[in-house]
Amino acid sequence: MTKEEIIKPENLVYKKPTLMNDNPMHYCPGCSHGVVHKLIAEVIEEMGMENQTVGVSPVGCAVFAYNYLDIDWEEAAHGRAPAVATAIKRLWPNRLVFTYQGDGDLACIGTAETIHALNRGENITIIFINNAIYGMTGGQMAPTTLVGMKTATCPYGRDVTIHGYPLKMTEIAATLEGTAYVTRQSVHSVPAIRKAKKAIRKAFENSMNGKGSNLVEIVSTCNSGWKMTPVAANQWMEEHMFPFYPLGDLKDKE
Amino acid sequence: MAEEVLLMKGNEAIAHAAIRFGTDGYFGYPITPQSEVLETLAELKPWETTGMVVVQAESEVAAINMVYGGAGSGKMVMTSSSSPGVSLKQEGISYLAGAELPCLIVNVMRGGPGLGTIQPSQADYFQTVKGGGHGDYHLIALAPASVQEMADFVGLAFDLAFKYRNPAIILADGVIGQMMEKVVLPEQRQRLTDEEVIARCPWAAHGKQEGRKPNIITSLELDPSIMEKRNIHLQEKYAEIEANEVRYEEINCEDAEYLIVAFGSCARIAQKAMELARAEGIKVGLLRPITIWPFPSKAIAERAKQVKGILTVELNAGQMVEDVQLAVKCSIPVAHYGRLGGIVPAPDEVINALKEKLIK
Repeated sequence: MTKEEIIKPENLVYKKPTLMNDNPMHYCPGCSHGVVHKLIAEVIEEMGMENQTVGVSPVGCAVFAYNYLDIDWEEAAHGRAPAVATAIKRLWPNRLVFTYQGDGDLACIGTAETIHALNRGENITIIFINNAIYGMTGGQMAPTTLVGMKTATCPYGRDVTIHGYPLKMTEIAATLEGTAYVTRQSVHSVPAIRKAKKAIRKAFENSMNGKGSNLVEIVSTCNSGWKMTPVAANQWMEEHMFPFYPLGDLKDKE
Repeated sequence: MAEEVLLMKGNEAIAHAAIRFGTDGYFGYPITPQSEVLETLAELKPWETTGMVVVQAESEVAAINMVYGGAGSGKMVMTSSSSPGVSLKQEGISYLAGAELPCLIVNVMRGGPGLGTIQPSQADYFQTVKGGGHGDYHLIALAPASVQEMADFVGLAFDLAFKYRNPAIILADGVIGQMMEKVVLPEQRQRLTDEEVIARCPWAAHGKQEGRKPNIITSLELDPSIMEKRNIHLQEKYAEIEANEVRYEEINCEDAEYLIVAFGSCARIAQKAMELARAEGIKVGLLRPITIWPFPSKAIAERAKQVKGILTVELNAGQMVEDVQLAVKCSIPVAHYGRLGGIVPAPDEVINALKEKLIK
């Protein structure tokens, strides 16, 4: 096949979503954020919502999400993204409103905002990146850090007698009357990426159809924080994260 | 048609005025002595009439961040609380100031520190005008002294907030929030349409329109050279507000030999004290700051040329008195009289303080 044939539109098999701009990402090589950003961009484009979407970015590694996806954004205070999103959606009901939060932001400092926005049934989607560590601040213990897992603030491993237990926010969310769709996904393989994209699409559609609130957890790697190569981090996630944070839909109010 | 004169609490007047002014959203959390704001809104159900959104949030923290979200989308939004709740809001207020978002915050002050008391106080003056949250910022701060001003300042605060893209605060005290007075409410206005909001706030994040670049609402900038410029821009804006928006009221100042400076409920007490003092032959004038930031420093400095001394009357241990001292640059004696912990002084106490601290 010649170059001229390859670049014919009918032979196109993959392209970067138009909403993703060319700004160099600050994420570490191997990090899951880039893949999830791309899936969100693809879903927004496929839904034709490029000019009707407001994202709310967190405090954490994804604080600069607004630098990479060409939609309107509000950058929230640490943990408060669901409150920020609540107001945007209530005041602009025909907009697609989502938050993008990490485990520290969502499951620790923002636990109250997360639970109450979900339980009010706000027609928003919360994308929850769970990599079991505080990435941005340099790898401290998160509410989701596994028992025994070593971080900068539990260097001898998470000890439940000192640090308590990891929090399963997605399981909590599934018990709330206000939630429509609660799911746990990952993006470590091509099949997983496809499933995660379907989940984001369903959550975003629910948000627009008034079905209630939606939580999509993405069990993710932080190879820098975990001090592993990207490949080893994916393996470690499968072996250690998935048994405690099993993948799949926890609630789907059809 | 004659104006309809109603009798209501200051807190109720805030709620009525918010609906009448076309506010898009209110986000609050119950706390004494301001809970009537949220209660009145819930009773009036403006979502069925003007389309105003009313949300009882899970905390004051969530409420102020809902204000951030709504204000960042260009809508006219507000919250109200009382001192401990307003302390919780300070992080959000700093973010609102940093992202330059117009909004209205109402603080119906109660006594502190800590859980303190539910009785009236003016001890949040420092918090309101000297920062409160982190970083170099100012709020446009209005201090109502009547139920009528509670109603009138809702619209004024929103107008100033949108004029300067800056959060505005109504700093009331428990007396003004709880007392009932006559009030004439503003005419009912239509809320702005989405198109009008988009036209008024081309910077807002509400889903980018065709052909527009994304709007990003943030207070974050890691490049110090850009962050310094942002701060300088804020300081220039604050200087403009200080030049244009100082508001105050002067009563009997023309021939005054002594001046009382007081805001909010204390100005009402001081006015009575002034009348009683004048009946005794002491020529007292009253200067009431209406904006406590920007502060009427020039007006006070001007009166300092004429009077022998200034007494501030405050429901605190001496806060605004520092701004008065700065204004007059120690050219004349400046004293403070205050009651603490929820006690409201009587007019004769104020006269006695004036005599003891300045005349004797």
